[in-house]
Amino acid sequence: MPSLWLVLSAMVFFAISGAPAFLFPKRSAWGQRTAFLLMVTGSVLGSVGVLWDVVGPSGNSVLTVPWTLPWGRFAVALDPLTDFFLALIFLVPTLGAGYGLGYWKQVDHPDNGNRLGLSFGLLTGAMALVAVSRDGILFLLAWEIMALAAFFAITTDDDVPEVRQAGWVYLVATHLGTLCLLAMFILWSKTTGSFSLQTGPAVLDVSSAIFVLALVGFGFKAGLMPLHFWLPGAHANAPSHVSAVLSGVMLKMGIYGILRMTAVLPAGAEWWGIAVLSAGAITGVLGILFALGQQDLKRLLAYSSIENIGISLMGIGLALLGRYHGRVDWILLGLGGALFHIWNHGLFKPLLFFGAGALIHTTKTRVIDQMGGLGKSMPRTLVLFGLGAVAISGLPPLNGFAGEWYLYLGFFHTLQSKVQGSGVALAVAASGLALIGALAVACFVKLTGAIFLGERRKSSEPGHDPAKAMLVPMMGLAGLCLVLGLGSPLVAPALQALALWWAGNPVAPQPLTSLAPSTWISWMGGAMLLLAGGLVLLIRILPRSKEARKVPTWDCGYARPTARMQYSASSLTDSLVQLFGFVLRPRVEQKTIPGRFPRRWSFRFQVPDLVLDRCLMPLSRLIGRHLPAIRIFQQGQTHVYVLSILLVTILFFSFAGFWGRP
Amino acid sequence: MIDTVVHVVLLLVFSPLLLGVINKTKAWFAGRKGAPFLQLYFDLFKLMRKGLVQSTSTTWIFRAGPAVTLAVTVLAGLLVPFGQSPAPLSFTGDMILFAYLFALGRFFTTSAALDTGSAFEGMGTAREITFAVLSEPALFFAFLVLAKLSGTLSLTTMLHATSGNFLTAAPSIVLMSLGLFIVLLTESCRIPVDDPTTHLELTMIHEAMVLDHSGPLLGLIEYAASVKLLVVGSILMNVAAPFSTGISWVDWIVFIVGMLGLSVVIGTLESTMARLQMKRVPSLLVAALLLCGSSFLLLLR
Repeated sequence: MPSLWLVLSAMVFFAISGAPAFLFPKRSAWGQRTAFLLMVTGSVLGSVGVLWDVVGPSGNSVLTVPWTLPWGRFAVALDPLTDFFLALIFLVPTLGAGYGLGYWKQVDHPDNGNRLGLSFGLLTGAMALVAVSRDGILFLLAWEIMALAAFFAITTDDDVPEVRQAGWVYLVATHLGTLCLLAMFILWSKTTGSFSLQTGPAVLDVSSAIFVLALVGFGFKAGLMPLHFWLPGAHANAPSHVSAVLSGVMLKMGIYGILRMTAVLPAGAEWWGIAVLSAGAITGVLGILFALGQQDLKRLLAYSSIENIGISLMGIGLALLGRYHGRVDWILLGLGGALFHIWNHGLFKPLLFFGAGALIHTTKTRVIDQMGGLGKSMPRTLVLFGLGAVAISGLPPLNGFAGEWYLYLGFFHTLQSKVQGSGVALAVAASGLALIGALAVACFVKLTGAIFLGERRKSSEPGHDPAKAMLVPMMGLAGLCLVLGLGSPLVAPALQALALWWAGNPVAPQPLTSLAPSTWISWMGGAMLLLAGGLVLLIRILPRSKEARKVPTWDCGYARPTARMQYSASSLTDSLVQLFGFVLRPRVEQKTIPGRFPRRWSFRFQVPDLVLDRCLMPLSRLIGRHLPAIRIFQQGQTHVYVLSILLVTILFFSFAGFWGRP
Repeated sequence: MIDTVVHVVLLLVFSPLLLGVINKTKAWFAGRKGAPFLQLYFDLFKLMRKGLVQSTSTTWIFRAGPAVTLAVTVLAGLLVPFGQSPAPLSFTGDMILFAYLFALGRFFTTSAALDTGSAFEGMGTAREITFAVLSEPALFFAFLVLAKLSGTLSLTTMLHATSGNFLTAAPSIVLMSLGLFIVLLTESCRIPVDDPTTHLELTMIHEAMVLDHSGPLLGLIEYAASVKLLVVGSILMNVAAPFSTGISWVDWIVFIVGMLGLSVVIGTLESTMARLQMKRVPSLLVAALLLCGSSFLLLLR
């Protein structure tokens, strides 16, 4: 019980953290510092609470207070699933607030800094409330606060038209999702008799409908393809530490919702798992493919978040199938891997967004092709960003590999099943994951290479490492990536406990550590680091290579190479984009070269979003073209409007009166 | 224990000989005398004693590239069984680590190439990352076939199980071997995918990425490439020629002879066919993917 109170007080600290800043003068740094201190207090309180709940005496951490508002109750609780996601909520936003001290200084942004601080804290508090709430109405309320706070955080720079547009698209998308969730909770309460999310019935007729509504509703938030369309724009246009929180934590709330609903729903049908697995695979492959084609650093990272959500969903699909077929090993490896990946992505994606912020801060651009060669002037950022890139590509010895390794093993385990039908064919998902992995390597080699390596492309300032306030959070996240990569056996018991809890505590014939001996991964990762380090040292101590002769790059004898001659980010991935051109549909604008001695020539290359730019925007323009026809109702006379509202209300009531009742 | 020692010694010492055999075969086809079998050993010793030239564009990544590449190749070599004796290190899920170690090597090789800012090296990088996207799923299909055949999830047992199943699952194994052979040629940068002898053409992949590496760094790269040929080749050897005599030292000799034979086959192939046009290479890799994929489908009956 005290653990729940600690978590609730942490939530309050987060929610109010931005408020005191309004008491300070507009350009004072103290408002932001106060907000950060309040967030730190919240994090400490909350983390102690979560730890207490996990390791302390197992009391029931449930609190139910009747409520004067219609329908709902204030029902909150802690359980393994909530604790798991709270850990992320209590870590990343606070680091983000610390980062914001250097990135979004109040003195540089006196007009919107306080507003950003307020919405940032509210967003964090609301996410914590989503995770603890156990009542449908309270959940929706928290969900809506979260969505709105995120909207205000995204549109911080609201004097830029692009930002406003991204904000509106986000707002529409999130409410479409909420609409599905509303329908889902109404269906849930109609069939189970209450909005309570604590336990579910053993049999439920409409469970499939609830499952589909949950998948779509939460899919909007998580960025499931094709419901992802709001995500790249919103993540690209928000301030970087907000993008970090959106990508690292808020998307995961969609996954949380799916896990929460599938935990209370009965085991369901076989196609649930197949649907989630296929949706995950499609999301994963398309997400990283679109990431490959991006020119905007933050849009690329946003698409890669979609990919990582896809990877997590693949694991959840496997776990759902495991629950249906009674295969505990699929549950352990699938859900264990998915959960581990959620944590991992919650660490390395904020790291990369923080790095992106540092780059944007000093280069004043988001276009990858205008950067280049920054590794020499930003050595620390290169190391930290590089670590994040290796981790997100799922490469050993970092945490990305440790998580994906479980998923691979899970898919390989389906080979041994005696289950007919879906059983063996599921293993193909392992090849799909390999495809995603190879594409991710391509994508992040391009990203780090084009930004940090080679020669500087623009003749602007050379850039510099960011201030300590921005570096320290990045160091923390990078350190955690390394620790979780080399120490993955440490988290295995927690993953196993949570996966089994989700499936209703079945008996596990084999523990996760024997299904997947992750100590080997630690040893091999350590050996890799030692061996590579030893070889670097060896080259250092070789007699004649102590000091390298420094000369310009040998460009096959070409004497005057320029920075513009090196491979750009878009040329690096051009052949891949062409290879998958049937789905990426790149837009190329090039003018033909006039005459024999061309003077100016332009070339534009862009991979627009398949859903937003190719379907929804044209559709909405089409609708917009025909809508003026109904302007006859818009006469500017208030009494006509009021009258029509009355008419419509009467219409609805009569509809309910005639057809709504049995 | 003795097997482990033999394995490590072979891994570290034997591999440059394979390239010698390939080059000798090519020389024989061309009617030349060719370089001695041990030429690569001489080259490596020479390179290790040389000085370094490093581009002013580069950072520490440039030096880390070759070191990481060699480290991951050697570690991956400890996971693969050479012939019929078990690999020195073997655990559930090691095949995934095997594939990802090479991916890590690719990350650093390509980054080191981009570090020079040279357009040639960028070109090589672009090709390397593109072709890996096709060869990696093919490799995993092959792993799926092996895991299905053996019912286990570790390279040693997976690769050794083909000997017991060779007759019953022959079509599958043949298809997979063909697919793996293409993957081997891609991974070890041989004709028809890549040409290890050209240096200044626009047509190369791996050699283009290491244009600026010199001295000991180049030595590490050349050495790692030869070890990689041995490691990936030994997978193919295990799959395509799974014969066991039961006597340990005979098995080792069979393995060594087999690997030398594989080198002769590669040398013959390089002498008798041209490198593919760069835009045709994806088709070849898709063929590998199809071969490994259909090999898996055959098992699903």
